[in-house]
Amino acid sequence: MDTQDITTKISVQCTVNGESRTLHAYPMERLLDVLREQLRLTGTKEGCGEGECGACSVMINGRIVNSCLVPVAQVAAASIQTIEGIATDDQLHAVQRAFIECGGAQCGICTPGMVLAAVNLLEREPNPSDREIRDGLAGNLCRCTGYMKIFESVVRACQK
Amino acid sequence: MRAHVPAYQLISPASLGEALDVLARGDGEWQPFAGGTDLMVLLEAGKLPHKNYVNIWNLSELRGIEVTDSQVTLGALTTYTEIQCHETLRAEFPMLCQAASETGGLAIQNRGTIGGNIANASPAADSPPALLVYDAELELVSAKGSRTIPYYAFHTGYKQMDIRPEELLRAIRLPLASKGLTHYYRKVGTRKAQAISKVCFAGVARIDADQIVDVRVALGSVAPIPIRCVQTENALRGQTINTATIDVAKSALRAEIAPIDDLRSTRDYRRRVSLNLLEDFVRELS
Repeated sequence: MDTQDITTKISVQCTVNGESRTLHAYPMERLLDVLREQLRLTGTKEGCGEGECGACSVMINGRIVNSCLVPVAQVAAASIQTIEGIATDDQLHAVQRAFIECGGAQCGICTPGMVLAAVNLLEREPNPSDREIRDGLAGNLCRCTGYMKIFESVVRACQK
Repeated sequence: MRAHVPAYQLISPASLGEALDVLARGDGEWQPFAGGTDLMVLLEAGKLPHKNYVNIWNLSELRGIEVTDSQVTLGALTTYTEIQCHETLRAEFPMLCQAASETGGLAIQNRGTIGGNIANASPAADSPPALLVYDAELELVSAKGSRTIPYYAFHTGYKQMDIRPEELLRAIRLPLASKGLTHYYRKVGTRKAQAISKVCFAGVARIDADQIVDVRVALGSVAPIPIRCVQTENALRGQTINTATIDVAKSALRAEIAPIDDLRSTRDYRRRVSLNLLEDFVRELS
């Protein structure tokens, strides 16, 4: 396949975890890669590289998306939140505390995405049913836990 | 990640007019790029052969849902999330909302667009059977003007569409005609989210006592394109709901679909499930 360079890097202004940032990248570069390699925000993980596993989840303008599917050119003027932006100063989010208390993480690779999905769910629905929790996290795959402790963590977060 | 990203252009015109001017250059040299939930998957697999893309994601002319007395018009960039949240769509076109809720997962639904779903032309797409049954129309625009075509005429073969290289899908129109209709939508797949369908069925019908006054049926994943099953509809229309009617309709559907063996399912399974869904649909009408 032809791999000749036909474009140059662009500058993309956006907000990341509340801070104004300028990203320098090729327009088709994945937001996932720019966050990890340029901004060193390595909490966002690559699990599948095709939008199926949710390990790369970030929030863009309040909506959860798979950052492996977002070309960086499309985040101009956007407000991005990564897992690093979920805790405030030295205070863990209730979801994060619940994951620790309930043992919701084993290897941890799905955990940033699961936490973001859970935070997003509770913002939309503060008291979700079991069905709603499963639906809310349906875009996040875990290979370790069998999901039950993750769901318990979400329930525990609601009780706080 | 198998692609060499500097080999791809993604330019961001400021308006629809500018985007259409770019699309008009060369014969398909430039192609539109919306939410990226299909194209980025190909990119990452190293299977995106086309190199020059026009970013249409921020074009406000392609967003928004308008409701009049006679129709609802969705901008091509309407996301699956926006579809599910819209009061009129939920009330009048529930199968479209159901299809949107079963497409991928939440993160996909926040970025995937109805226009992209149509233009990607997968025969397994979730929304097209609902759009076919709701008699959707498509508005296509170019730098030279616009035209409207019925959606059932859009797909002409596997990944072949009635759209010229300089044209862009601008909007999808749904006529408001669903009073008194029964809606039935089933997506059959390996799990409830993040699954491509083995079979996808959409049906609406208007019933009077035990008679099928009007009916529309469409299926996905059983042909090279999403299909309106006109012969099956003809076999049902005007008939009384009973086993004999169901048997005749099943014969018609059997002849109308062309399922295949592929990585997700087999021809035989798809045929059996399609016929079962048709029977379930008709039995639910009584």
